[in-house]
Parts: sequence; structure tokens; C-alpha cells
Amino acid sequence: MSETHDLGCEWALKRLVEFVDGELPESEHDGVEQHLRTCRECCSRLEFETRLKQRLSMLSGDEVPSTTRDRVRELIRRF
Amino acid sequence: MTISKDAFETYVLEILGPLHGVARRLTKNEADAEDLVAEAVTRAWRARASLADPVAFRAWMFRILTNTFISERRKTLARPREEQLLEESGEGEGAFSIFERVHQPFLLWFGSPEQEFLDKLLREDLDRALAALAEHYRVVVVLADVEGLKYGEIAAALGVPIGTVRSRLARARSALQRTLWNVALDHGFQTARAAATHG
Repeated sequence: MSETHDLGCEWALKRLVEFVDGELPESEHDGVEQHLRTCRECCSRLEFETRLKQRLSMLSGDEVPSTTRDRVRELIRRF
Repeated sequence: MTISKDAFETYVLEILGPLHGVARRLTKNEADAEDLVAEAVTRAWRARASLADPVAFRAWMFRILTNTFISERRKTLARPREEQLLEESGEGEGAFSIFERVHQPFLLWFGSPEQEFLDKLLREDLDRALAALAEHYRVVVVLADVEGLKYGEIAAALGVPIGTVRSRLARARSALQRTLWNVALDHGFQTARAAATHG
């Protein structure tokens, strides 16, 4: 991996997943962004982790069975 | 001021999809998932005075759902077992990364093996890998990656410090990638290096 710049791959990789999650403190966010501008390897890693997370998010939103929805509505009505 | 019944119903129905999705992945069973959601909604209504701020409804509701799951499962066990959702011991294995397994830095012009890996991944593979995770890992990945909760919400939902969410999530994702990798190998996925070696 490239070592000719900024805070380096090791520093950035430790923070990459939280960067993808949008959970990195602002003070570190810019450092990762700066590193990614110059490091193709870490960009590939970023793309992989982002796409894997997207694939997992696509598992959400399955239709709630109508029986479950009706049961919950009825339950609350009786509270 | 406690939440009104109408507002409670509106909030519950708004998050019923994610709530049911998490319940289904915890119970691995449609009928049990429905029972779990119904029981959690009942407990939530009874505990409505503990909802400090309606803005926090989602995390509050997920916390009740996971606590309900733990207590209901405990009832069905012949003898008490450790609470896996709260278990903190590591797996004794180092971090696992699919990217590091398949990435070929000097083969960029031949395409991207790691992207090929993702392209070949089926929804069923992801379902199976999630189902294979230990409960305390599965719940955190489902909340973070499938349902998109922020770390703070997950911490509130699981009743753990945010640092625990970060460390547990890292271990859970490592375990998930290890399982996905094994699934891929079972399906005949080959790294570029292996393909070159074996023809």
C-alpha cells in the first residue's frame, strides 16, 4: 500500500469502517478523506466495505405479513 | 407527558417493518417473530411512562424487543444459560477481511476480484451467514447494517456503552465476513491466485 502521504494506510484503515458508517469524529473524518484522495488501495477497500454494507441494507424492508400488522393493530386497539 | 394511544400506534406502525425484520432474524422463525413483536408492543405500552422523549422511540422500542427476546427465550430453556446478547468474550480469532483475502493489487487491469466476489454473493448467502452468527453478533449487525441504526441508537437499544457497540460490531463483521468467505468457497469461488495455480 502507498506510504508516501499523510497519515498512512494503517491509520486510515483502522477508521475506514466507522467512516463508511458515518460515525467517525469530525476531527478524524478529514484525515481519512485526505488519505483516500491519494491511495488507490484504500479506495478499493472503501468501495468493497461500502458495497457489502449496501448489500446488507437491501435485506431490510421485507414486507410485514398482514397477519402481523393486523394483530399489532388489534392489540393496540384493546389497550 | 406520557404518549397517547394514537401516537403510540402511529410510532409502532412506522417502525413495524424494521421491528419485524429484527424479530425475524432473532427468532429465525416467522410465527415466533410475530409473537415476539406482539409481546414487545404490549410491554412497550405498559412501560410507556419510561419513554422520556418520543424522538428516541425507535431505540426505546428496539431495546424492549431485544429484552423481550432474552426473557422469553430464557423461559423456554430447560436450565438458565448465559445471556448471549450480553456476552462480551471474544472469539479468540483475529480479525477477518474478505478484501484482504481476494484483493490483487497488481492485477487491477484484469478487473477487481473483490467486486466479483460481491457480484456473486446471493441474498440467500447473506441470510445464511447472518443466521449463522452468534446472537450477540447477529443483533448488532442487523441493527447497524440491515436496519441502519446509528451507534448511539444501538447502544440505547442494547443498553450498552457506545464503545461496546464499536468493538462488538467490529468482531461481528469479522465473523460475518469469515462465514461469507466459507460460503463462497463452498460454492467454488476461487481467488485469482488459486485460479492461476489450479488452472
